[in-house]
Amino acid sequence: MEYVSPTTLEDAIQLAEEANGSVRYLAGGTDVLVQLRSGMYKPDLVIDLKRIDGMLDVTRMESGGWKLGAAVPGITIGEIEQLRKDWPGIVEATELIGSTQIQGRASLVGNLCNASPAADSVPAIAAAGATVTIASSNGSREASVAEIVTGPGKTSLNKGEIVVAINLPPRVSSGADAYLRFIPRTEMDIAVVGCAINLTLDDNIIADAAVVLGAVAPTIVKVSAATDQIRGTELDDKALENLSAACRAACKPINDKRGTVEFRTDVAGVLAKRTAKIAYQRARLIE
Amino acid sequence: MTMIHVKTTVNGDPHEFLCDPRETMLDVLRDRLSLTGTKEGCGTGDCGSCSIILDGNVICSCLMLASEAEDKKIETVEGMADGEELHPLQEKFLQHAALQCGVCTPGILVAAKVLLARNPDPTESEIRYWLAGNLCRCTGYDKIVRAVMDAAAVLRSV
Repeated sequence: MEYVSPTTLEDAIQLAEEANGSVRYLAGGTDVLVQLRSGMYKPDLVIDLKRIDGMLDVTRMESGGWKLGAAVPGITIGEIEQLRKDWPGIVEATELIGSTQIQGRASLVGNLCNASPAADSVPAIAAAGATVTIASSNGSREASVAEIVTGPGKTSLNKGEIVVAINLPPRVSSGADAYLRFIPRTEMDIAVVGCAINLTLDDNIIADAAVVLGAVAPTIVKVSAATDQIRGTELDDKALENLSAACRAACKPINDKRGTVEFRTDVAGVLAKRTAKIAYQRARLIE
Repeated sequence: MTMIHVKTTVNGDPHEFLCDPRETMLDVLRDRLSLTGTKEGCGTGDCGSCSIILDGNVICSCLMLASEAEDKKIETVEGMADGEELHPLQEKFLQHAALQCGVCTPGILVAAKVLLARNPDPTESEIRYWLAGNLCRCTGYDKIVRAVMDAAAVLRSV
């Protein structure tokens, strides 16, 4: 294995394109190092992205949106008050990942590209309608978060394509997001089910919403049917029950030591209701 | 295999070393720099016994390649005492007997040091959450938490 830490994106892309054999990118490394040491991946080349300009930068754009470089660690994300105000669900999902030590390194782009179905931040950034910027020798392109992960450990990225940033849209007024996950303890565990909801209100009525589940299928599941159940409502009990049913119907989970199919499906419905209430309450406070 | 030449700063001292690209910072600290205060527990980022401070953030040294240390500032448990004078956290860990076998202690000390730098007056709950990634096999958490709170009080009065 070779290790390189290019200082320009052009160099990183060229190194990746010209590599003979397999390449892994290093951002925070909290998944990559475990995979290297366990022998799960034996890359010929590790390209450390952290010395490239912008990779550790958080920028609030003129539009009010945010650009988060590929290697920005969780601890930095949690320190930016305006980001927490705009996207509380994304910040809380990020902060649920691992320990303080993991937060010191782990990044959102890493969480996405590691392609675990149980990644905590991915439902939250997907519900936010975030995009990623992908650089390659053909220039740069934007893709939706949902396009990146195609299955456990698998992404749609081609050789020489590097995800350089996550772009969060501006927070529209009277909107808010929330993320909840179920784990059997309070810290240091992997989601059995995760649920992110981002919604906007118009006079206490839900004008639009995105409902995204994690850990209940090979990839995140955006539940459009759930959106239909709460749009146009004040999130009354009936709307909540319908939301819950739509989320349960969208689950295709695995059976494993963390939870049975029945349990995960049931919990997805419960979490959807709780997450929606939190997002709704937050949005009302802003309104 | 090409060895990589790395220049870095550990506990304020400049260090240079050659390492295999697969070596972790933990490997280099212990086996090349003879700083064996930092311990290996799980090797997968779960237990926190290899905690070090990298440019102000507490991280697991088992999840960092040694090559990444170029131009960085690293602090380990060896850098906490000032000569013969122990850091207040170290003093309080002794006073409270906040260790049994001691393997988790260096990691907890450096993690707690970063906590107190960021938050000089943490609540018990904040300490427990901050240290959730530091496992103590001997389950001595109450004494550890009390020692951190007591050290925080000492540091606030300085």
